[in-house]
Amino acid sequence: MGSTEINRCLSLFISGKKNYIALMKEETLIRPRTHGQRWRLPLPKFGRKRQDQVAGRLMGALTLTAALLAPLMALALLLRALPILRVTPLTDLLTGQDWAPLKGLFGFSPFIVGTFWVTGVGMLIAVPPSLLTAIFLAEYARPRLRSLLIPLIDLLAGIPSVVYGIWGILTIVPFIEKVAAPWASRWLGVLPLFRSENPTGYSVLAGGMVLAVMVFPIIISVAEDVIRAVPQGLREASLALGATRWQTIWHVVLKRAGAGVLAAIVLGFSRAFGETMAVLMVVGNVAKVPNSIFDPAYPLTALIANNYGEMMSIPLYDAALLCAALILLLLVLAFNIASRWVLTRLVRYE
Amino acid sequence: MNTKIAIQNLNAYYGKEQALKGIEAQIPAGGITVIVGPSGCGKSTLLRCLNRLLEETNGVRVTGQVLLDGEDIYARKADVTEVRTRVGLLAPKPFPLPMSIYDNVSYGRRIHGLEKLERRNGRSLDRKVEQYLRAAGLWDEVKDRLHDPASGLSTGQQQRLCLARALAVEPEVLLCDEPTSALDPISAQRIEEQLKLLSAETTVVIVSHSLRQARRLADHIIFLWMGNLVESGPSAQMFSAPRDERTRAYLYGDIG
Repeated sequence: MGSTEINRCLSLFISGKKNYIALMKEETLIRPRTHGQRWRLPLPKFGRKRQDQVAGRLMGALTLTAALLAPLMALALLLRALPILRVTPLTDLLTGQDWAPLKGLFGFSPFIVGTFWVTGVGMLIAVPPSLLTAIFLAEYARPRLRSLLIPLIDLLAGIPSVVYGIWGILTIVPFIEKVAAPWASRWLGVLPLFRSENPTGYSVLAGGMVLAVMVFPIIISVAEDVIRAVPQGLREASLALGATRWQTIWHVVLKRAGAGVLAAIVLGFSRAFGETMAVLMVVGNVAKVPNSIFDPAYPLTALIANNYGEMMSIPLYDAALLCAALILLLLVLAFNIASRWVLTRLVRYE
Repeated sequence: MNTKIAIQNLNAYYGKEQALKGIEAQIPAGGITVIVGPSGCGKSTLLRCLNRLLEETNGVRVTGQVLLDGEDIYARKADVTEVRTRVGLLAPKPFPLPMSIYDNVSYGRRIHGLEKLERRNGRSLDRKVEQYLRAAGLWDEVKDRLHDPASGLSTGQQQRLCLARALAVEPEVLLCDEPTSALDPISAQRIEEQLKLLSAETTVVIVSHSLRQARRLADHIIFLWMGNLVESGPSAQMFSAPRDERTRAYLYGDIG
């Protein structure tokens, strides 16, 4: 998987196309038919050169619109956030601990930290099992088993996030409250990370677990594609030296597929980072920096979704929420740029 | 004449299609045995049966026996990694592993845990890498950039690197599947020279679609025709006095 494919994959994904892999395949598979009667676009009949020119301009204009959407949105958010940025410096907003709109205190720190906590815990739970699953599907499963399992796993990607949220409330939250939290405080309580006082179950861990399940199908299907794209000759080169299957996977296949596997993780991370509904339903929504995975958190996405449109008479509240949206956008952007930079370097040194 | 590999009633199937039909052949120890025959006759299939690499392809079934020094490599208790360590393979196209030149050569030794033994006696892994790069005729070209990625080498150099990599696990038998088909004439000649030198100590089995190459290299010839073994024997006899009509036809260019 070269850097261009990874970039296509990323951009298709970021643009919200759920079946981005199918799209990528279509792009490479569909060839114009050259036999039989050709179907023509019902266009007015002017000269074909003119037609070419018009088509080119039309498509160029559409492309430009699409390309400008994101910068324009960022600009709009910035303009709407300006009132609060005039009153409070950005550094104070980013580091401020207190969120008290009525007193005019808008500290984003708990929300930014909360976003990272939930996403981080989710990725820690999601990445190891999804990679092992991808390796199993690509390297161990026989074709028939693979063609049975992959659609089942892909089903997970089609479930609406609100359903995940309800599943979280009904299953994960009680499980954490009754089983995970008491167990962890008894056996791992020496570590602050696992300490819990009076847990409700609505916690960073609940958000992370729900996110992990949502991210599984993305990481699995992209990583599986990438691993299967490693040439068979390379595997045979290693096997022919007397390497075991696992040695071949570890030293050769994963090394070759490394950049692509990282891209799979990045895609999963981007998905998790911006996920709103399922997370806000289970994460507790308390504007305090969490100290343990059993503490509630309040991610940026949940802050915006819960409050925008309400209590708008409070001065600067609107600007503060749009500033939060701007911060979220910039964080995702920074993350994408950083990961692309890493990926292109990895591909180059492959 | 010592027999290194004895093939007994070997059949191979791709799904329902039978690619090898009851092959019976002996490969003598030492020297170069060349498997010839028209394309699609099962040469590569036969070769890849000899180190059990064929079974890595989906939908393949192999029956029969391949005795390596008298022991069946298809026996239930046979260890496939050991078989492949003893019987190395040089593929038609070079596939350098995604690592440095040095690591490519030392890879086989590292996965077999030979490296730990060698660490104790100082820099002997370095010496091994040099020894096998020299044996493959590549040392002088790469000695100053051993830690560069192997993918930066030319195709001809990559193929010699693959040869060095195969030799580094010290196989008793080296299988070569059209080892020069992807190479320019000069690189091909170099590979041939190295194989000739090697055959003094190692049993070399080559699949070739080039009769000229077979004439140049072979001590012993196996002739396959549509999945059947037609005849096998010393090279001189095969080229001067073939017993079978089909061999004669192939040698004189009437078929294949």
